[in-house]
Amino acid sequence: MNAPVYNFAYLDEQTKRMIRRAILKAIAIPGYQVPFASREMPMPYGWGTGGVQVTAAILGPSDVLKVIDQGSDDTTNAISIRKFFARTAGVATTTATADATVIQTRHRIPEAPLHGGQVLVYQVPIPEPLRFLEPRETETRRMHALAEYGLMHVKLYEDIARFGHIATSYAYPVKVNARYVMDPSPTPKFDNPKMDNCPALQLFGAGREKRIYAIPPYTSVVSLDFEDHPFTRYRFDAPCALCGADDSYLDEIVTDDQGSRMFVCSDTDYCENRQAQGHRGSESAAPHKERSHG
Amino acid sequence: MADSNTAMQDYDRPLLMAGGLGKTYGRLNACQDVSFSLYPGEVLAIVGESGSGKSTLLQLLSAQLAPSSGKVSYRMRDGVMRDLAALGEAERRFLFRTDWGYVHQDPVLGLRMAVSAGANVGERLMAVGWNHYGHIRDTATSWLERVEIDIGRIDDAPRTYSGGMRQRLQIARNLVTEPRLVFMDEPTGGLDVSVQARLLDLMRNLVSELGLAAIVVTHDLAVARLLSHRVMVMKGGRVIETGLTDQVLDDPREPYTQLLVSSILPA
Repeated sequence: MNAPVYNFAYLDEQTKRMIRRAILKAIAIPGYQVPFASREMPMPYGWGTGGVQVTAAILGPSDVLKVIDQGSDDTTNAISIRKFFARTAGVATTTATADATVIQTRHRIPEAPLHGGQVLVYQVPIPEPLRFLEPRETETRRMHALAEYGLMHVKLYEDIARFGHIATSYAYPVKVNARYVMDPSPTPKFDNPKMDNCPALQLFGAGREKRIYAIPPYTSVVSLDFEDHPFTRYRFDAPCALCGADDSYLDEIVTDDQGSRMFVCSDTDYCENRQAQGHRGSESAAPHKERSHG
Repeated sequence: MADSNTAMQDYDRPLLMAGGLGKTYGRLNACQDVSFSLYPGEVLAIVGESGSGKSTLLQLLSAQLAPSSGKVSYRMRDGVMRDLAALGEAERRFLFRTDWGYVHQDPVLGLRMAVSAGANVGERLMAVGWNHYGHIRDTATSWLERVEIDIGRIDDAPRTYSGGMRQRLQIARNLVTEPRLVFMDEPTGGLDVSVQARLLDLMRNLVSELGLAAIVVTHDLAVARLLSHRVMVMKGGRVIETGLTDQVLDDPREPYTQLLVSSILPA
């Protein structure tokens, strides 16, 4: 026997149709969580099974795929998903944000502005923003249906009461199209403003929870807040140690056990591009030579 | 209250009306043929032993159960009498968190045990669109003071509170939107007598200060005597006697009510 031959992009055509129908419904009702018949994927839950199914359903032979994990193109998760589609769909892959037509992401939105025609696919662990306040699924669905979102502010109130400011730093709740409150997946709240009025289509897939939701292009996305405690972005107060960028989201990297640390861009593509353009930070070595990953 | 004329008129018209209300579970008649009117500012106690249909009646009146027969109407804030069964779910839920309060016997059911007392009180305000943290917190603080909870504990979760404090917090949480009608299901059940006395004193003051109407379900005749203006005695799902509280408790007509009144242990 030969090695098994998979259908294009791994999933069978009927499954892709089912997922596409869920995606279309999600786009028609921005921010609404559409249930779908999530499949077992050849990876564990929590590794992006929802995102992979959405990507598989929308991928065409001419697409160019980029996969990032916490902004990075070269972590295990990103590399294995990229290889998975390179093998099962034979699509071109890239690490350059501007060149990609489909970008699957875990926990970040690329720094480079997205353009029309691009699709950003998020991997979502827990799609329900009200989950930790109201454990009953029947009740949360009813609250969404009736737009009863007072409870979401209870969470923000608790933050201020406890920490003096809204300490929620990721999975920061947003209101989409002035209707549904949505969990933007665990992206840092630094990325929330990028969702608003974005030219690219944003799709969210939660494999274990079996939900798909979407933000169509040019849709309003407003982060919830209080009048006297408005939404603020958060960023470490330092330039990137490699490229000197002072506007990008930073990762804190511990460099030894003496307490030394450095801050670098979490978006590796953005950082490498800046270094290629000659920007330098305090810790930069030789500029990166290789730009593409197999 | 700007126009005293309409205020007077409102006091003359019933706030809540029940007509021929009944609930059956198969062959079991949990509650049958209950009719009464409740006026603004009036406190009605429903007394009776366990299984007499008190709690079923309370759930029917607060639209948590659909009646098998009869109907309940309520005068909305705009003065229009509406049949509760005809309200949409959104309207009913809105009513429940603005114009009504519901005090459970077990405060765990009525509170969010994992969020702070301040957020518990503030939740209803945020649900009706308050969006200013400072104002919400000030209102929550003043309500904690009114129900005699140390405001230093505003950021503690109710699971760190004692039973009496939880019950008082539940009352504050319900009254913060200035409801006109409060349902209470055995509000003093499970509390020791000194805490009960303090809670009853507090509730009596709040009810008269705010001009609340209340329907209190209790098996404790002392609670009925202290809080209520009128009493309804239930037995086997029927109302067997109704009247002014002192009249019913001091001069009971029905044999069952006489038994109920005489079974209080002398203190």
